[in-house]
Amino acid sequence: MYQTTYHRPSTVQEAASLLASAEDVKLLAGGQTLIPTMKQRLAAPANLIDLGRIAELKGITVSGGTVTIGAGTTHAEVHTSADVKAAIPALAKLAGGIGDPHVRHLGTIGGSVANNDPAADYPSAVLGLGATVVTTKREIPADDFFAGMFTTALEEDEIIVRFVFPVPRKAAYAKFANPASRYAMTGVFVAVTGDGVRVAVTGAGSDGVFRWMDAEAALASDLSPSALDGLSLDPSGMLSDIHGDAAYRANLVKVMAKRALAALG
Amino acid sequence: MGVEGIGARVTRKEDRRFITGKGRYTDDIVLKDTTYGVFVRSPHAHAKILSIDTTAAKAAPGVIEILTGADLAGDRIGGLICGWMIHSRDGTPMKAGAHPAIAHERVRHVGDQVALVIAETKAQARDAAELVEVDYEILPAVVDPARAMDADAPLIHDVAPSNLIFDWVLGDEEATEAAFAKAAHVVELDIINNRLSPNPMEPRSAIGYYDEAEEHYDLYTTSQNPHVARLVLSAFVGIAPEHKLRVVAPDVGGGFGAKIYIYPEETACLWASKRIGGRPVKWTSDRTEAFLTDCHGRDHVTKAKLALAEDGTFLALRSDTIANIGAYMSTFSSATPTYLHGTLLSGQYVIPAIFTNVKAVYTNTTPVDAYRGAGRPEATYIVERLVETAARQLGMDPAELRRKNFIRQFPYQTPVILTYDAGDFEANLDKALAAVDYAGFPARKAEAKTRGKLRGIGFSSYIEACGIAPSQAVGSLGSGVGLWESAEVRVNPVGTVEILTGSHSHGQGHETTFAQLVNERLGIGLNNVQIVHGDTDKVQFGMGTYGSRSGAVGMSAIVKALDKVEAKAKKIAAHLMEASEADIVIEDGELKVAGTDKKLPFFQVALAAYTAHNLPAGMEPGLKESAFYDPTNFTYPAGTYICEVEVDPDTGKTEIVQFVAVDDFGRIINPMIVEGQVHGGLAQGIGQALMEGVSYDPESGQLLTGSYMDYCMPRADDVPSFKVDHVTTLCPGNPLGMKGCGEAGAIGSPPAVINAITDAIGNNNLSMPATPAKVWAAINAA
Repeated sequence: MYQTTYHRPSTVQEAASLLASAEDVKLLAGGQTLIPTMKQRLAAPANLIDLGRIAELKGITVSGGTVTIGAGTTHAEVHTSADVKAAIPALAKLAGGIGDPHVRHLGTIGGSVANNDPAADYPSAVLGLGATVVTTKREIPADDFFAGMFTTALEEDEIIVRFVFPVPRKAAYAKFANPASRYAMTGVFVAVTGDGVRVAVTGAGSDGVFRWMDAEAALASDLSPSALDGLSLDPSGMLSDIHGDAAYRANLVKVMAKRALAALG
Repeated sequence: MGVEGIGARVTRKEDRRFITGKGRYTDDIVLKDTTYGVFVRSPHAHAKILSIDTTAAKAAPGVIEILTGADLAGDRIGGLICGWMIHSRDGTPMKAGAHPAIAHERVRHVGDQVALVIAETKAQARDAAELVEVDYEILPAVVDPARAMDADAPLIHDVAPSNLIFDWVLGDEEATEAAFAKAAHVVELDIINNRLSPNPMEPRSAIGYYDEAEEHYDLYTTSQNPHVARLVLSAFVGIAPEHKLRVVAPDVGGGFGAKIYIYPEETACLWASKRIGGRPVKWTSDRTEAFLTDCHGRDHVTKAKLALAEDGTFLALRSDTIANIGAYMSTFSSATPTYLHGTLLSGQYVIPAIFTNVKAVYTNTTPVDAYRGAGRPEATYIVERLVETAARQLGMDPAELRRKNFIRQFPYQTPVILTYDAGDFEANLDKALAAVDYAGFPARKAEAKTRGKLRGIGFSSYIEACGIAPSQAVGSLGSGVGLWESAEVRVNPVGTVEILTGSHSHGQGHETTFAQLVNERLGIGLNNVQIVHGDTDKVQFGMGTYGSRSGAVGMSAIVKALDKVEAKAKKIAAHLMEASEADIVIEDGELKVAGTDKKLPFFQVALAAYTAHNLPAGMEPGLKESAFYDPTNFTYPAGTYICEVEVDPDTGKTEIVQFVAVDDFGRIINPMIVEGQVHGGLAQGIGQALMEGVSYDPESGQLLTGSYMDYCMPRADDVPSFKVDHVTTLCPGNPLGMKGCGEAGAIGSPPAVINAITDAIGNNNLSMPATPAKVWAAINAA
């Protein structure tokens, strides 16, 4: 790791002003991606702003048909939250399948979504549930937030504060884990809401998380897995690597979507 | 056997310090005035080094020295060696290119070391290493062994035209081809035995220290064989004469073969310490370096065929293999694809004619050498995949085809050098069939189908040759060293015992099993026995641990030394008790006169030996004996493994639902430790079959599997609860009747897994690792 200047603000306001004033800066949330990257000398920010001690970024509240989760809430907290389990059990399940226990007790939802790793689990839930990303500057609908691999709508001086998830009628997440990394080789989040069905796919698309619109259309009138039988995805938009080629991932999207549908109950 | 003797499930003595974090590994050792070394490594698979500019790096904070291949050459430090000479079929010796400890003028794989930066702290050394400017002229690279001999492939070492190191044959080609010509059935397979990264939990590490006052060197290193390291560094690399070099291999956290070899890094640290005036130089690999530089395993491309008579009797076997050696010849790299591989192609079967050809080639990849099993997994995979495929083609039951062709008479001389000494292959098979409930398989398959799963079953009846090895035999085959083992039994005046062994424990539990042997013989309790190993200043010359040799060879040496100790103790006891030496027996820590109540505790006899007040006339004082044991043959562990899988046809994911391993290891000293060895070997074999595979970019030669994000190691939830059992036929070749058990699991399991998956999916064309993506593609290609 290279030398860096470590900042530890205690309020979002303080963090935001540090972010606005410092040069060559990175926000540190749970550090489950950034710290290993820095240790390998692949990232070398001059300034590191640790968001980990900011109380207002933590916590889960349920009210008026929404679940609000602070950006600094760990995967383990989401996974074990009775409120999340009662309101959106699929989200609790997703959080419990991220990484390993160490990662889940340090990694945060805000860090994961801001990083927008194409194989991360959370982006599919944020997009699939149609959540709102609340930042220090504005509210961003999920459909406008994700902008391609490791890219989001966040501006350089913007910090995610919380996520507001509308409680769906039902939802389910089905993941096929990469055998080595256990990231999602393909993860499909299906949510049935008052406005229709949303199908969000992570791990498979070459531009990161995406909504599978054909599936959403097919499911509008029939929620059974067989509703997807006639569909197929174009492999040209899929990732291809040593773990699986694009055709395999295109197949996995359909298989995992069906499994999510079967799990909807 | 007693509660702490041979055959007892004794909890491992060494585990208290390991699980409480008190193990003392090389990186834990900090000598006074230690400096830290970091290697500048090649980012290119193949390039000319045009220049190295160390000006900026030398000026960086804390930097003490920066050394390059030119400095090494200037000091006339020799290159690393390959210790086993192989001759090609035309009689010419293998063509080994130079292997300098720091690359000079040319780099030949990504990670090849180009300079050693030495600084006051590791962080300073890392910072400075980034300031070393190396100007490269990038050359074309070749990584695929099947393409290494192509006309347009780049030449990696000038001494080896077409990148061909040797073209080796074994067996009778004419007889083999004649048998194929008249065979009723011929089964053919194209096989890739995937390249593996060994991944010991403890990364490699070395501390080189030159004591100017004594003109003496110390090397602390993660080695499976410290004496061999000392010999090579003295006699061949020429750093110091043997009596001026001490090599210490303290606690070592796993080896799997990768820590047998004498590596560039420890060589450079030792030499560098003198260059900087005698301060210790420490280097510890990080995980990325481990992926780039720890010797890899396997990487064979093979065409194989089996000839059968109408009734399924085996007639002949032939294999033609290209073995990837990597960019340099590692210490035993030539033995692995030849005498540790071709000699096992008879498997457990009567096969009248066998022929094999192995072409070893250089590529721009990490060097390849022995990895758990070393050549024998590759041979077993060839034989057991061919046999299973033959059963399918002939419509025979795979278990019965094996049974029909099993060797039943021992000793059995195979057509490929080895003489199997003992075994009961049918007993292994029958026990495994019963354990797996073979008769119930069709019902289980039908039930799985109702759940949408494809269920399959696969066999592997492996045999391997270990307990390496008779010195005269291996010498005649090209080995540069003898493969005996040494032991010294030191009885202290108070009757406690120290065993100094040339074997080295890096996870095998020698401190427990060797003590069990002493306790079996002397009855003095495990806590009165200390096992000493891993330090050339303490222990007499020994050959170290690999090839499942510490039980069969290392313990045999201890037995020989114990025989001498007992004989002398009996003489003393007979003298003290005025009895006949022939009447003295040793039981429960006492020397007794048989048939009487006269007895002396062992410690009292030991004390008498050292006080020497009353010894038999002419006897020397003391009670300390040593022995060298040279085996008369390999040992031949054999067994049958049966794997049962369920494949999800939608995702291609394989679940191992049952795995039965029945092994014959001869006499077992500690069943718990042996089962642990089998479990670990099976996990590594299943890892090879399902998950692990080193991958290089074919054009750039960049390593694509350089971290655990991409190199898939088996984890606890990837393997089932194994059903492990034993058949016992004693090995007639050593005093305890032992056979090696350390590698069997990794040798026998890969074909069982692949045979099971190909049975499940109905497509025999599937290569390792059988990842979900590959299995899914194979299902859809069928």
